[in-house]
Amino acid sequence: MQLSVKKKAPVKKSSAKNLTELKPGEEGVLEKLDLPEADAQRLMEMGFVPGHLVTRGLSAPGGDPRVFRVDGSEVALRRETARRLILK
Amino acid sequence: MGDCHGCPNNIATLAPPPGSGAPPRSHIVAIVGPPNSGKSTLFNRLTGLRQKVANFPGVTVEHRMGKVKLEQGRDVFVVDLPGVYSLTPRTEDERVTHDVLSGRMKDIPRPDAVLLILDSTNLSRHLVLAAPVLSLGLPTLVILNMADDLKSRGGELNVPELAMQLGSPVALISAAKGTGVEKIFQFLSGATMGAAPKAPLIQLPVIQDIPKCRAWATNIGNKTGYHAPAPPLWTRRLDAFFLHPVAGPLVFLLVVVAVFQTIFNGARPLMDGIDSLIKTSGIWLGHLLPNEALRSLLIDGIWTGVGSVIIFLPQILLLFLFIGILEDSGYLARAALIADRTMARFGLQGKSFIPLLSAYACAVPAIMATRTIEDKRDRIATILIAPFMTCSARLPVYILIIGAFIPDKNVLGPFLGMRATVLLGLYVLGFVAAILTARLLKSTVLKSRRSSFMLEMPPYRWPTVRSLALRMVDRSKVFLVRAGTVILGVAIVIWALSYLPLHDGKPPAIEHSFAAGIGHFVEPAIKPLGFNWKIGIGLITSLAARETIVSTLGTIYGMKEEGSQQGLQHALHQDLTLGGAVALLVFFAFAMQCMSTIAVVRRETGGWFWPGVQFAYMTGLAYLCAFMANRLVSIWS
Repeated sequence: MQLSVKKKAPVKKSSAKNLTELKPGEEGVLEKLDLPEADAQRLMEMGFVPGHLVTRGLSAPGGDPRVFRVDGSEVALRRETARRLILK
Repeated sequence: MGDCHGCPNNIATLAPPPGSGAPPRSHIVAIVGPPNSGKSTLFNRLTGLRQKVANFPGVTVEHRMGKVKLEQGRDVFVVDLPGVYSLTPRTEDERVTHDVLSGRMKDIPRPDAVLLILDSTNLSRHLVLAAPVLSLGLPTLVILNMADDLKSRGGELNVPELAMQLGSPVALISAAKGTGVEKIFQFLSGATMGAAPKAPLIQLPVIQDIPKCRAWATNIGNKTGYHAPAPPLWTRRLDAFFLHPVAGPLVFLLVVVAVFQTIFNGARPLMDGIDSLIKTSGIWLGHLLPNEALRSLLIDGIWTGVGSVIIFLPQILLLFLFIGILEDSGYLARAALIADRTMARFGLQGKSFIPLLSAYACAVPAIMATRTIEDKRDRIATILIAPFMTCSARLPVYILIIGAFIPDKNVLGPFLGMRATVLLGLYVLGFVAAILTARLLKSTVLKSRRSSFMLEMPPYRWPTVRSLALRMVDRSKVFLVRAGTVILGVAIVIWALSYLPLHDGKPPAIEHSFAAGIGHFVEPAIKPLGFNWKIGIGLITSLAARETIVSTLGTIYGMKEEGSQQGLQHALHQDLTLGGAVALLVFFAFAMQCMSTIAVVRRETGGWFWPGVQFAYMTGLAYLCAFMANRLVSIWS
């Protein structure tokens, strides 16, 4: 029904930045976790709580997985997970 | 007194409960904490060697129970629960922790008290776990670990104020250094003397709401003057090197080679030493026993059977020394990070890498090493594919058959011989079977969401000798006791099969034994593979350990003398077709001919289900591929 609108949808994506777009050392404030409930809960327990500052750290050779500093600890995430964590 | 803030100081007046003449029952205290909070270090510090490992009924989660000696000769039992971030029962670890703390775990009464251990350098985040634990209403000591790190990195905290805010006693300690541990003993004395549990008077947040819990923790931290310490400078510096795009992979490769070399070659002299010690002592024991049947049972059955287990000890000790250093120092998490992308291609993850590598030496320590993989599905998948890796016990079999059937010709000039090519091919075959099986498992029964990979990078720390030694003792004990009992039973059965029935009170020649009977019985089944009944006996005895087939065939073909490998190879060459020989190699590449592995898989997975599936799958695959190999070679030649 909304076929014409759907085509334009990706434009919105560019405004919402996610964790993979952080450069090394760059930081951003987490807005939401676009993940299934159980995964989101687990990540929040590890420190990825909305409103917290996330800093991009080092990474494995090839750039995946990447380490992120959040709430006093460092957590490595694969690209497909990091992509679902949206920044403000 | 007074150095334990908030500890009940009037213990003496509270206990013993008036009028209760009942004998004091043993008290149970649970240790709870998030991963990387130093839980195991504390457990080891409290119990030392007075601990034993067991699996919770029906699950793969292991728990350790230890005895703490208090003053006046009283004991407290301490249970080390798995590391969890919350008590919401989502994973198996969390369910176990939840069930034990709420008294729902079979065989374990509800704990009388809780030791909640948190990392003081990361207090605001770790305090989130305090909310659900304190709301249980059990007497709880909140232990803030890594006090030395907190201090050296300039962190601050008002301990009495925190005790007040939480409504529970708080102790600031360093489990690794042992400072402040006396406060824990003080608490344990109080808790076991029947000091009345106080319901916490504080307002706790709604436990399911993590952001609210986190805000509550921040609030508590602010009220108690908590200053988070500066970031760990040395960890940053070391990571810049260990995760460097060029240096990182190089160091990783170096570590891999060192691990492989140590367990493959470094353990060799020790293993040879144990082997000859068992043989010599066996002969020596034989002189002491006049009765032939008893002597045979004891020496050929039990002594050799037990020997086939003890022989793995050097590899297990060395591997766990390595893994202990890697894990305690924090490097294991970095190695897992580096290996993750490659392992992800097979549907596995970075932490599977070291166990699979060790499986090239021996599947037994490798399967025990999968304990570092927190994700249960990934762990089971790694356990299931580990025995496909070409372990060192397959080598004698390969060398015997290759020497008998493969001509010593060059394939690529003088650089690569035909025999070496076949041997290399067998290594590749095992590896391919492993990754295909991993893919199959991870896309079907053990499928997990790809996003489930998240790995905390702990700060680098010096491993302590104490913790390394305890880990080695612990792992060897587990292996010897649990695997040893199963192996002893199987060894006796296999001995009986080849020793019975007696003829005129004497054991039969092996071709008239029960084992031969079974060999003849299975012959129709293995004939399509190109095997005769003699190979059948070898397959049965090699269930004990793969290399046993070499000595069994030696006995059957009448090669009593040691070092008669060439004679045996000649006899085999007469008795077996080329197709049968290739089929035998393929069969050994795939089949799970190792009771030590079966016993360890049973132990690590907490039941007979997975070892059963694994044995059926590997034997089925071995049979099928050996059949095809026999056919193909027969047609081709």
